[in-house]
Amino acid sequence: MADSPGLMRRLTAVVAALALVGVALPAGAAPSGPPIRIGSTLALTGPLAPTALIHKIAGEIYVEQLNRGNGLLGRPVEWVLFDDQSKPDLTRSLYEKLITVDKVDLIMGPYATSGILAAMGVAQRYQKMIIHHSFGMPHLATYEMHFPVAPFGPEPQKTVPGMVFDGLATTKTPPKTVTIVTSKFPSAQYQSNGAREVAEKRGLKVLLYLEYEFGTRDWGSIAARVKDANADFLWVGALGLDGNQLLEALKKLDYSPPRHFHLFPAPGPMITAPEARLALSNTFFEEHPPFTNDPATARLVALFKEGATKAGLPYTAVDTQAAGSFAAWQVLEAAIAATKSLDDKVLAQWLRKNRVDTVEGKLRFDGPNNYGDDLSKMRQVQDGKWLVVWPREFAAPGARINLP
Amino acid sequence: MPSVTLLGQSIVSGLLAGGLYGLLALGLSLSWGLLRLVNLGHFALAFLGAYLTYQLGTAFHWPAWASALVIVPAFFALGVGLHAVFAYFRVTEFTSLLVTFGITVILESLIQWFWTADFRRFETPYASTSSRIGPLFVPTLELLAALTATALALATWAWLRLTYVGKALRASAEDPEIAAAFGVNHRAQAFLLSGVSAAYAGVAGVFIALISTLAPAQIWSWLGVVFAVVIIGGLANPVGALLAGLLIGVSESVTMAVVTPAWAPLVSFSLLILILVARPGRA
Repeated sequence: MADSPGLMRRLTAVVAALALVGVALPAGAAPSGPPIRIGSTLALTGPLAPTALIHKIAGEIYVEQLNRGNGLLGRPVEWVLFDDQSKPDLTRSLYEKLITVDKVDLIMGPYATSGILAAMGVAQRYQKMIIHHSFGMPHLATYEMHFPVAPFGPEPQKTVPGMVFDGLATTKTPPKTVTIVTSKFPSAQYQSNGAREVAEKRGLKVLLYLEYEFGTRDWGSIAARVKDANADFLWVGALGLDGNQLLEALKKLDYSPPRHFHLFPAPGPMITAPEARLALSNTFFEEHPPFTNDPATARLVALFKEGATKAGLPYTAVDTQAAGSFAAWQVLEAAIAATKSLDDKVLAQWLRKNRVDTVEGKLRFDGPNNYGDDLSKMRQVQDGKWLVVWPREFAAPGARINLP
Repeated sequence: MPSVTLLGQSIVSGLLAGGLYGLLALGLSLSWGLLRLVNLGHFALAFLGAYLTYQLGTAFHWPAWASALVIVPAFFALGVGLHAVFAYFRVTEFTSLLVTFGITVILESLIQWFWTADFRRFETPYASTSSRIGPLFVPTLELLAALTATALALATWAWLRLTYVGKALRASAEDPEIAAAFGVNHRAQAFLLSGVSAAYAGVAGVFIALISTLAPAQIWSWLGVVFAVVIIGGLANPVGALLAGLLIGVSESVTMAVVTPAWAPLVSFSLLILILVARPGRA
């Protein structure tokens, strides 16, 4: 009995420690059993690699979080990821391998329109459901078991430019003339071509429409033509660095476009470039309220920052790309949790009938070609940050379209 | 019809882009023409030079000229070392394509491992500065690259034409056995030339870092056009490489200004075919 007070103290300490551990760990048992294998490719090398790297980090974070919790259906999750080298032909072969050789349970989409289209063909042949996060040409996605989480809506060639011109129309000096310069990368060209039609329908005069090859190096002459046209508004169907390179070339000609919009820019280089001040762009998510009001989303943002810093990325904020990946995994998780199934057809059927809460907002897949609403927003570089400025209900606190 | 200013500006832009093509083509042309080595690794070396310039500039705040003082001699040594490997394994003109392709892939992977696939930009105060000549603007860095390319092309031409080493190198490329009979030590001179070619890749790399935003996959984006420059300019012809670079640069640029930018990539290869077909003395 002499030991009783000491024993009690030790027991109390153990109970307290267990309680603390219980707070730190997510509720429920750790996942067990054979892993659920989810296969995909990403462009880890090649011209699309800078952006695909963002998707890799986001996907790894999400899978890690799943495994720290209960996994999926109580089983751990294994992400089988291959490098498609930014090549659609290789993407096709790798998805074939994932399904027939690696025999993964489920597949996720690769990065970017051309790769997704290649993977979708394979998914269709083997009747696998495919959720993807970066497809920009909805009219080509006719497979009934594809689920897009890049919420462009069924007609982004109309709705994205429409949203941009709506936003510009609210400014003190709406543009009257437009120059459109676009990459021939399929989704960029498709939406930029749509921008020309939308602009003309709204009575804006398109002074110049130019297409350039993906991977163009010399921007001097394109810049000279943009300067020569001197339109009120410059729409760049940019992919990655295109917008930066064009703005830099324009600066060397001592010209700064009064208003400029970039479709799919690399987010980091654009906020750091002095000539890209007040650049406008398309987005589905930026890391500020109202997007980060949900604590779970705020936590993903913090985890991404940590992961991106660890991976040596110069730009560590979550924007439309990382958010797209998070949303894709959220959609998959929601469908599996709701149906308690790994059957592609069962999951697809559920997704077509239900809305899913994601970091990008509520997604639905019951429209044409499984597309729901266009959730595009317009963001702008302001004080070294991307801030959503349009539509107003999604604008960062106090932010509005700022144009000279 | 484009305005005179637009046309003039596109010619300036093309000349400057062509200067960079010429600079990249110089080392490749020398190793291919005089050593019979088609060195695809030249592009990877140039990008390694660019990334090193970026690293020294951003991490240690070295100005680009100071980086060049380190990178160029280091690349000379690297070129000599690489040639030792080629010589040891008796790499031929054909096998050099495969070997140097492998070297390029390895260097690309190393670059991506160290600097990630994300974009890297070496910001300098003079990155976007230009001089004005009437209505035309001449970007400072591109001008400096074109002038450097011109100086190196002329110096290399003089070296090959006027010095014993240069003449010996050309003689060995023409007929190694006869050259050896005249006492030419081709082996030793090959090391020197390989070092010089790699050093030129280093110079090109410094300018690439100053002018472009870097990503590992960009190594491959220069390959086609620079090969066209080397072939149009003539192997082991430094001035030819420069002139071919300028020709392709201006042709691409004027195409962009007058027709459409999407047609520009067709220009270099169309020119290559035309010149090969029309070149005097073709078989």
